Amino acid sequence: MLVFLVRRLLQAVMVMLAVAFIAFLMFRYLGDPVNNIVSQDATQEQREEVRKRLRLDDPLILQYGRFVVNAAQGDFGVSYRNSRPVSALLAERFPATAELVLVAAILSLALGIPLGIYTALKPRGVLSQGLQILSLVGISLPTFVTGILLILVFSVWLGWLPSFGRGDVIDIGWWWTGFLTATGLKALILPSFMLCLFQLTLIMRLVRAEMLEVLRADYIKFARARGLRNRTIHFRHALKNTLIPVVTIFGLQLGGLIAFAIITETVFQWPGMGALFIQAVNFTDVPVMAAYLVMVSLLFVIINTSVDLLYNVIDPRLRTDQTRATGRGA
Amino acid sequence: MALLEVENLKVEFPTRKGVLTAVDNVSFSVEQGEILGVVGESGAGKSMTGAAVIGLLEPPGRIGGGQIRLDGKRIDNLSPDEMRKVRGRHIGAIFQDPLTSLNPLFTVGKQLIETIRTHLPMPAAEARKRAIEWLAEVGIPAPDRRIDQYPHQFSGGMRQRVVIALALCAEPRLIIADEPTTALDVSVQAQIIALLKRVCRERNAAAILVTHDMGVIAETADRVAVMYAGRLAEIGPVARVLQKPSHPYTAGLMGSIPRIGPRPDRLVQIEGSMPRLTDIPKGCAFNPRCPKAIAECHHLRPELRPVADGAAACLLYEGVTQ
Repeated sequence: MLVFLVRRLLQAVMVMLAVAFIAFLMFRYLGDPVNNIVSQDATQEQREEVRKRLRLDDPLILQYGRFVVNAAQGDFGVSYRNSRPVSALLAERFPATAELVLVAAILSLALGIPLGIYTALKPRGVLSQGLQILSLVGISLPTFVTGILLILVFSVWLGWLPSFGRGDVIDIGWWWTGFLTATGLKALILPSFMLCLFQLTLIMRLVRAEMLEVLRADYIKFARARGLRNRTIHFRHALKNTLIPVVTIFGLQLGGLIAFAIITETVFQWPGMGALFIQAVNFTDVPVMAAYLVMVSLLFVIINTSVDLLYNVIDPRLRTDQTRATGRGA
Repeated sequence: MALLEVENLKVEFPTRKGVLTAVDNVSFSVEQGEILGVVGESGAGKSMTGAAVIGLLEPPGRIGGGQIRLDGKRIDNLSPDEMRKVRGRHIGAIFQDPLTSLNPLFTVGKQLIETIRTHLPMPAAEARKRAIEWLAEVGIPAPDRRIDQYPHQFSGGMRQRVVIALALCAEPRLIIADEPTTALDVSVQAQIIALLKRVCRERNAAAILVTHDMGVIAETADRVAVMYAGRLAEIGPVARVLQKPSHPYTAGLMGSIPRIGPRPDRLVQIEGSMPRLTDIPKGCAFNPRCPKAIAECHHLRPELRPVADGAAACLLYEGVTQ
């Protein structure tokens, strides 16, 4: 287990170094950073002076090393547009995105798994068939369309829920949360539902397909022959065997949620990292873009590593360091 | 009274082209502590009969008629939950493939304990003790250590031993073993059969042993039932049926087992092959392949009648002579 962990961590570090390199290159290839700093009519000498002062004339590898060391300490420089440290901007925006993604992820699991089980156990039921058709809609409609439809129905026609913003947020020291106010919670409903819809249907369909497969397995037949209760068979024996692919897909999709949050945040004017990133792209705010890239990659790496660790928890056959069977023959 | 009585059992499969009868009017009984072998070719209805008795026919398969009685009480018309309580507790089952019969994500101990506690209410610690005893009983070395291991840490033969322990741990009085050794190494087969026989004998449990291996039947069973195209061809004491078969089909089966000795040019075989369920011939199902067929065999269906110390379904014993 320890060897496995160390190996996975080393891989994660390699991935992060590669991502950091790409983020670093953005500074070089999206125009000369010096141009962004000096005034329009600066002379060549002034430019050279700035370049020297900022040590931009150092060899590439040295600059990259400096970038990595700073990034590891959370220092991504100063935003070109807001003239504020990028880390402060991100820290301000991160809670909004994190809460949105967290709620969407929990929703997609809390609804997707039970619905998947239900449709697998009662494949011919009217409700199951209806859910199957609905899930097709959920999986094929682009999220921005469902988002705008949601706004139309619940904000414009019914007037129940706000169409934009985060509502009131409370500062709990290092985090601004919308979980503690009524308006904050209300504002979460539409965006989180829009964000989770795709994952929800994906997980539901995946659980259903896996469950149908597992229910045909010999060990399920044998569990029935042992006279176990249906509840035990379905929710212990069958469900646990469907979890490996669900964990895989969920891990990948969690990253997807963070990425898709950009669209949701744009549709709902959600003050999160995604919205920040879109602004940064519009203004070629390279430090913000680079920091966003590194952060999202870091989240992906953390999620994927956790998924690999979860496999080990779920499936004993993957635990490599356990003493293998010694019994040969009967 | 016999432990298990099966009377005119019919298993049907409704299909688009009509209802197929996979098991047709099969009657037999199993006495307390007796081992009944059921033989026949693939598709003869052996496994279907076993599945019907334990109430695990795969839908759309269903019992189309007849009765199954355990200890005189009908079990073919129980509700799903009542039947579930019979399974494991009164009738145990062992299936073909030990590699896939165990849930790979649970330790063997967990699977044993949950089975024991489903049927016999007792504290977890006591169930665990009993589970260890069962592992020892089926010949697994160091059971107190291996109880916490997962199925993939056991070899094929060891896994089938665990499966036997699982089938027996709620102390059923009847075991249905459906080809329990087919998936195993030949050298392991004999050990598993001997083990099955021993644990049944020790607990006075009866068994229905479904197989197509005549050798296994000869070694293990008290009586043997021969099935052909969903029907019972012959039933009787093992030694007599194997040595002096009454039904021409049984005779053909016995004749086709290769013997040690001078190597014949061709292996003996029964001409033709078993009919599909969709076109079972009129009269006796075996008539197109039967060397002794008479005119009546083509339109009269033989009933199972007492012959010698058993019973056979053949017109030759019904006084119909040419």
